[in-house]
Amino acid sequence: MRKLAITKLNDLFAAIAESEKLYIPVDGKTGANYELWAEGKTLSDALNTVRSPKDFFFPQTEDMMAFKTEGKKIEIIDTREECEDFVIFGVRACDVRSFAVLDNVFLSDPVDSYYKNRRDHGLIMSMACTRPAETCFCKTFGIDAADPEGDIVCWRVQGFLYMDAKTEKGAALLDKLASITEEADSDVIAEEKALIRARMEKLPLASLTTDAFGPGKTDTFFDSPEWKSLSESCLGCGTCTFVCPTCQCYDIRDFKTNNGVIRYRCWDSCMYSEFTKMSAGQPRLTQVERFRQRFMHKLVYYPERYNGLYSCVGCGRCLAKCPIQMNIAKVMKTLGGKAND
Amino acid sequence: MQELTRDALLARAAELLENGTVDRVLGWKRGEFAYDVTPAVFKSADEMKESFVWGDFCGANFSKYLIAETKKSENKVLAFLKPCDTYSFNQLLTEHRFDREKVYAIGIPCDGMVDIAKIREKADGIASVDTNGDKLIVHTLFDGDVTLDRAEMLAERCTVCKSKKHVAYDELLGEEGDVVDSARFDEVAKIEAMTPDERFAFWQGELSRCIRCNACRDVCPACTCEKCVFNNPNSGVENKSPANSFEEQMFHIIRAFHVAGRCTDCGECSRVCPQHIPLHLLNRKFIKDIDSFYGEYQAGAEVGSRAPHINYTEGDIEPSDAVKRGDENA
Amino acid sequence: MHEINSNEFISKEKVSTETFSAEINSENKPYKPLIVAFCCNWCSYAGADLAGNNRLSYPADVKIIRVPCSCRVNPMFILRAFQRGADGVILCGCHPGDCHYTSGNYYTRRRMALLFSMLDYLGIERERTRVEWVSAAEGAKFAATMNDFAEKVAALGENKRLEDLRCKN
Repeated sequence: MRKLAITKLNDLFAAIAESEKLYIPVDGKTGANYELWAEGKTLSDALNTVRSPKDFFFPQTEDMMAFKTEGKKIEIIDTREECEDFVIFGVRACDVRSFAVLDNVFLSDPVDSYYKNRRDHGLIMSMACTRPAETCFCKTFGIDAADPEGDIVCWRVQGFLYMDAKTEKGAALLDKLASITEEADSDVIAEEKALIRARMEKLPLASLTTDAFGPGKTDTFFDSPEWKSLSESCLGCGTCTFVCPTCQCYDIRDFKTNNGVIRYRCWDSCMYSEFTKMSAGQPRLTQVERFRQRFMHKLVYYPERYNGLYSCVGCGRCLAKCPIQMNIAKVMKTLGGKAND
Repeated sequence: MQELTRDALLARAAELLENGTVDRVLGWKRGEFAYDVTPAVFKSADEMKESFVWGDFCGANFSKYLIAETKKSENKVLAFLKPCDTYSFNQLLTEHRFDREKVYAIGIPCDGMVDIAKIREKADGIASVDTNGDKLIVHTLFDGDVTLDRAEMLAERCTVCKSKKHVAYDELLGEEGDVVDSARFDEVAKIEAMTPDERFAFWQGELSRCIRCNACRDVCPACTCEKCVFNNPNSGVENKSPANSFEEQMFHIIRAFHVAGRCTDCGECSRVCPQHIPLHLLNRKFIKDIDSFYGEYQAGAEVGSRAPHINYTEGDIEPSDAVKRGDENA
Repeated sequence: MHEINSNEFISKEKVSTETFSAEINSENKPYKPLIVAFCCNWCSYAGADLAGNNRLSYPADVKIIRVPCSCRVNPMFILRAFQRGADGVILCGCHPGDCHYTSGNYYTRRRMALLFSMLDYLGIERERTRVEWVSAAEGAKFAATMNDFAEKVAALGENKRLEDLRCKN
């Protein structure tokens, strides 16, 4: 384990940025977001970023290929660019887990080469959460905010940034930073972990559990009468899905340029009336069905498909952002019954 | 602090449910925290007793819900309407979007709604919030209680409230207020006074944050098209993501234009924007222009009024003079 | 386009290529703005025809789109023209009071007043948009208007603020 005085954070960023692109959460006009580090940019104190870091690996829109026509000839252009190595600093435990959720989808056969390219070049420096928010419930999904996953885990304790490498890639970067960091004792971190875990226990949503959900529960919940009242005031907007770090649905569309076509992919939302629209129309005709799809996917279908892993990480973004304040915590409490009271 | 208590609303709703005037109530439902209040339909007084709330976080405008709700039953639905909600209510009636006979509207006074985003700037780990006169007591997870001035935590739209008067109701609880001389166009004037380059930079900065979640459109009481042009594959402009700055501008210009003359300035668009884009400044620009070009007009002030867009006079201002008018005003 | 200047009205207003000399692109060709003109079938479209018949010249980069009434032009048409590469958009209709459908152009006038004011508010150069009333008898006015508009737009250069870069691919 290595440490560095918080006052020297800028040196650390400068050292990383020497060889790789570095992104850190920076305070903006309306909350923190990841920005490319440059001299003068300081780390935000906010618990988390407004937009999730899934953008790094799965951007909201990306060109996949382009077509140009000349007479009867069609030229197909590969728009992919080789990605440079980059480091994302300060990713919270919930968001680090979201990468595992995305990996299952994009890196299982057939591998999504667009996603993989970026994933291979990204290094995650995660950050433990000393001051979780009232909307946090990562513990529900077995995520430890005191000891996040990632290539390098960081803790901010008593004026120091402690760093521990969890992967070879992370160890290599820490070695490179050896000259500006010093060897640290892990006792401090053990204490910090205990403090964080105690705090997580006291959060308002600490009692929320996934006990009622998981693989094989489709029949239990699919026809539940609760969906109707839960979704009654849902506007059908895409806020929850777009701020969600794990929502991974996308649409592939063609844009007609003045001389050809760009084929691009963009995020899609199961809340939208045109989601998965086919020649026969959209299979989920009402908002109740679309609403159900989102939560069944997070709590039942996804765990069924991927060894019990839930595709919600409890980051709390949808709790904070939903225009009508309906969210997965309320759904779990309503459907999960006694287990969640 | 709100004039009426939850109990007052609850008691009246219970009476109306009891005597059969209405068979359901459109109200605000308690969430996990102080602020996460969800619009909900209550079927009984018992249901309401359990989870109905009325307070500083009941900002949601119910008018738009009436379109769907009135189609569900032959019986009346009770809707609680704050003054600004009544304007949307009237505007929807003007557009024949729901059957007035199926609604029992109770006007309730409003002392402004609190913006949780403003509280979050001052405190984190917000366990609960209590209102005590003109103070808000925020109970936090780690820092104990934080006391804030309620007036400073009000949503932007409430700090420039245009009317405390209800323009539509079957019954009014509490005191009736007046139309307020509001400073709501000050921000618009500030932007008008900028140079074109500054204006462009300002709006690029704001609109580039758009994630095209469509929350502004979906919550808007004026956006009631069955099929929005931006969702219609045959329109040629359908798109699901803000692929570039043009798409962002296009969506917001067209949306603001489509609701111009019908927008009552209820401010829901800005309330729900997850990226905090001040979308109301687009709508207010249209309202300000309409007032200045064609005479004062408040959408929803009365049922059946003819909106400026579907009206004209022979001596109307020329488009070329219209853009110059902004310079004179600035 | 014929390069005959029989009309003195035009010779005053005509845009010479020298005017654009400041805007030379990499291929050393003078910059010519692309202009989209929405013209009402009953007046300005005939006005354009008359301008042609009278051999009055106006820039060849003015692309005319015929509409049944100026009122047919949805604000989206204007934005789409900019998206697809127009540097300026002009809307021509019958003089107020002369609408073939009685009142269409009155609505156009209100709509465009509000739209242009909004575009100005967003920082889009106001000289890129214009509404002009041109009757079927005003061939000269049509040509003069187009020349003047093209000159004003050329002075602004390419449309950058309402462009869609994807379209250039």
